[in-house]
Amino acid sequence: MGSVAAKRIELKTDAPPAEAKAVASGTEKKERAFFAITKISRYLDVLALSWVTPLLMIAAGDSPKQNLKLVWSRLGIPVLAIAIFLALWAGLAPQVKTSLGAIPGPAEVAAQAVVLHQDHLEEARKSAVFQARQDELNARLVAAGRGDEVVRRNYTGKPTYYLQIWTSLKTVFFGFFLATLIAAPLGILMGMSPAMNAAFNPIIQIFKPVSPLAWLPIVTMIVSATVASDSAIPKSFLTSAITVTLCSLWPTLINTALGVSTIDRDLVNVGKVLKLGWYTKVTKLVLPSALPLIFTGMRLSLGVGWMVLIAAEMLAQNPGLGKFVWDEFQNGSSQSLAKIIVAVLTIGIIGFLLDRVMFALQSTFTYSANR
Amino acid sequence: MATIKTSVGVRHWLPALGMALSAALLASCGGSSTTPVDAAAPASAEAPIIMPMEGLEKTELKFGFIKLTDMAPLAIAYEKGFFEDEGLYVTLEPQANWKVLLDRVIDGELDGAHMLAGQPIASTIGFGTAANIVTPFSMDLNGNAITVSNEVWEKMKVNVPAGADGKPQHPVRADALKPVIEQYKAEGKPFNMGMVFPVSTHNYELRYWLASGGIHPGYYSPDNIQGTIQADALLSVTPPPQMPATLEAGTIYGYCVGEPWNQQAVAKGIGVPVVTDYEIWKNNPEKVFGLTDEFVTQNPKTTKAITRALIRAAMWLDENDNANREEAVEILARPEYVGADAQVIAASMTGTFEYEKGDVREVPDFNVFFRYNATYPYYSDAVWYLTQMRRWGQISDAKPDAWFDEVARKVYRPDIYLDAARSLVEDGIASEEDFPWGTDGYRPETAEFIDGVAYNGRAPNAYIDSLKIGLKGGETVSASAVQN
Repeated sequence: MGSVAAKRIELKTDAPPAEAKAVASGTEKKERAFFAITKISRYLDVLALSWVTPLLMIAAGDSPKQNLKLVWSRLGIPVLAIAIFLALWAGLAPQVKTSLGAIPGPAEVAAQAVVLHQDHLEEARKSAVFQARQDELNARLVAAGRGDEVVRRNYTGKPTYYLQIWTSLKTVFFGFFLATLIAAPLGILMGMSPAMNAAFNPIIQIFKPVSPLAWLPIVTMIVSATVASDSAIPKSFLTSAITVTLCSLWPTLINTALGVSTIDRDLVNVGKVLKLGWYTKVTKLVLPSALPLIFTGMRLSLGVGWMVLIAAEMLAQNPGLGKFVWDEFQNGSSQSLAKIIVAVLTIGIIGFLLDRVMFALQSTFTYSANR
Repeated sequence: MATIKTSVGVRHWLPALGMALSAALLASCGGSSTTPVDAAAPASAEAPIIMPMEGLEKTELKFGFIKLTDMAPLAIAYEKGFFEDEGLYVTLEPQANWKVLLDRVIDGELDGAHMLAGQPIASTIGFGTAANIVTPFSMDLNGNAITVSNEVWEKMKVNVPAGADGKPQHPVRADALKPVIEQYKAEGKPFNMGMVFPVSTHNYELRYWLASGGIHPGYYSPDNIQGTIQADALLSVTPPPQMPATLEAGTIYGYCVGEPWNQQAVAKGIGVPVVTDYEIWKNNPEKVFGLTDEFVTQNPKTTKAITRALIRAAMWLDENDNANREEAVEILARPEYVGADAQVIAASMTGTFEYEKGDVREVPDFNVFFRYNATYPYYSDAVWYLTQMRRWGQISDAKPDAWFDEVARKVYRPDIYLDAARSLVEDGIASEEDFPWGTDGYRPETAEFIDGVAYNGRAPNAYIDSLKIGLKGGETVSASAVQN
């Protein structure tokens, strides 16, 4: 191949110099643009924007035909599928009659999304009024010579939809953080020592399939027995987060163990030859080569965690999205179903975003082409 | 709206994250909506200015409630600023069910809650979760009804005599249901009914109504906590908001629950309310506000302030012949409180009650929050619940009359109530004649029950013996039979 390329270059240099220079610089520019696009496309893929790449290629002067085909398969088909889904939803939903009225279609759900947003604005307004009222009271207290009783308090109103999303995110990340903290070191130990692996394997196999609903009563009782009721972290938050931990532990644990135990034998032998210490071995050999699988495990764990969080919040009364769904179900008003569907979509979209974030992290830390 | 500032920083960027995306996805579908923007100014504008009590032990409180219209005093005390007037900063939080609510009060996650009248009594005597819960404030009278499925109502209706106007004559007695249950029994189908909690007012009211028509609702025993020994109708627990759905699914044929879940059954065409608890026992005590004894002992001033705010809320609810009920309905219909559709809540809150579809009757006292000394915690109310617990075997052994009085005094705290009431009278907010200052805590003997049996709280054992179906004297239930 090398020789062929060399010949071509030679041929080009035979052409009249001025024209050759222009052509060369043109192609060079193009090549450079293509190279840059290829580089960017890696990040676009991570962001689920892979359809942008062919558009950029066309802009850079690549043949439109092939690229448009790519745009169609990467953007056209998904958009069309969503459109068909929405059309089917809009058409079929009103035909299902429940005791809360017909199942809401996309339009009603969009309307409720707007209502939830306006609720948030309204609550913000109330919060401002609340603070003003508090200032007034505090002024009166000072006037009455009771200045020592002046306290500024947080607004006591209901949590709005955005705050509920925020609570859910906090809960799932806290639970996921705990899970990783336990699973990653334990997984490394298990991967490195067959004895540890044999010891933990049966326990993992038994606890792995347990549903969050089964853990919840146990966690609730333990949390309420061990945590003081005036602690800064609410018990319901801890209960939900620990339930998330218990369910999302396993993928990270198993994948870490697998990643560590399948390191290239040659690397291990090199380590032996170099007489590496245990710590150096872990940080220089084991972790770098097991990282892709550890991240695969963490990505799965976060997905599981987000999924079980909703169930945990419903029952533990943690004021997040799960409680939102439960409360709306209990409300049983004519808007309840539409609001629940807004929550379902929110849960889905956030779950998708979380997965993307983990995928991005995974890509950053992985050097091999095989992700 | 554009100039609104939020106090929490996070609110600024979160909208961009979640909402924008879900909205973007659905944006193509369009649709505009109008949220009614409540322009209610802080209530303190026209009310007399009240300074918070000095030396409140705890000012940031969290109260639990179940999504029922009789949680209204809590919502009103919050929305009308009565809590804030007292210097209390209260967060109200809906709970999943009565058991969760009680457990969270006991372990201190909630400072207090809207409770079934039977809950503080049962936990104090150790039936279910044991803990000393006390109540300085009774939240309301009446407010429940018994609903049966459309199918059962069709069969029942032929047994109900028609009144002068052609409509079924009220109150509908359980005698009309008896042949239906016998028919189900003959077909080998168990007749299941729902109530909200083993120690709920609904359980005792449903049992009272069934027993008054000769239908046995079953006994409890120390080893059978289902309460179905010798039962003709099998009662089981269903959380209030799920009642209509469970009835619709055919798991139960009827239920006894608070509002709005009976009116919702009519509105959705699922079932027919047959009798209200006002007809079973006129002006029966319903919910109470429960706190742990520990909380009350450690925070006496806070407890007094809470009671003051709740009394003011109850007064507001009944003021000027229910004039404020429309506004109360609007508040309760918000998703953070009861959340059901306003017209469903209004059906019972505004003095009318819809039985069969279209059969709307006046029941001005269906929900009573303040009239008839509704908020005073009468010992005799506690004693009535204790008699029913004994009647159905939840209290397994006979107890002397003195024991009933002793338990009632342990749970009901009219001393706190009267202290709060006195200070309200002194502040010029309430008037002297609003409160029963001279009572010894026992209401006069009454026979305003559906079966006309007289109840005197001072002689609980005699009352238990006077009821036709139920344990009497020293009878106990073991395994599956009643023993003398």
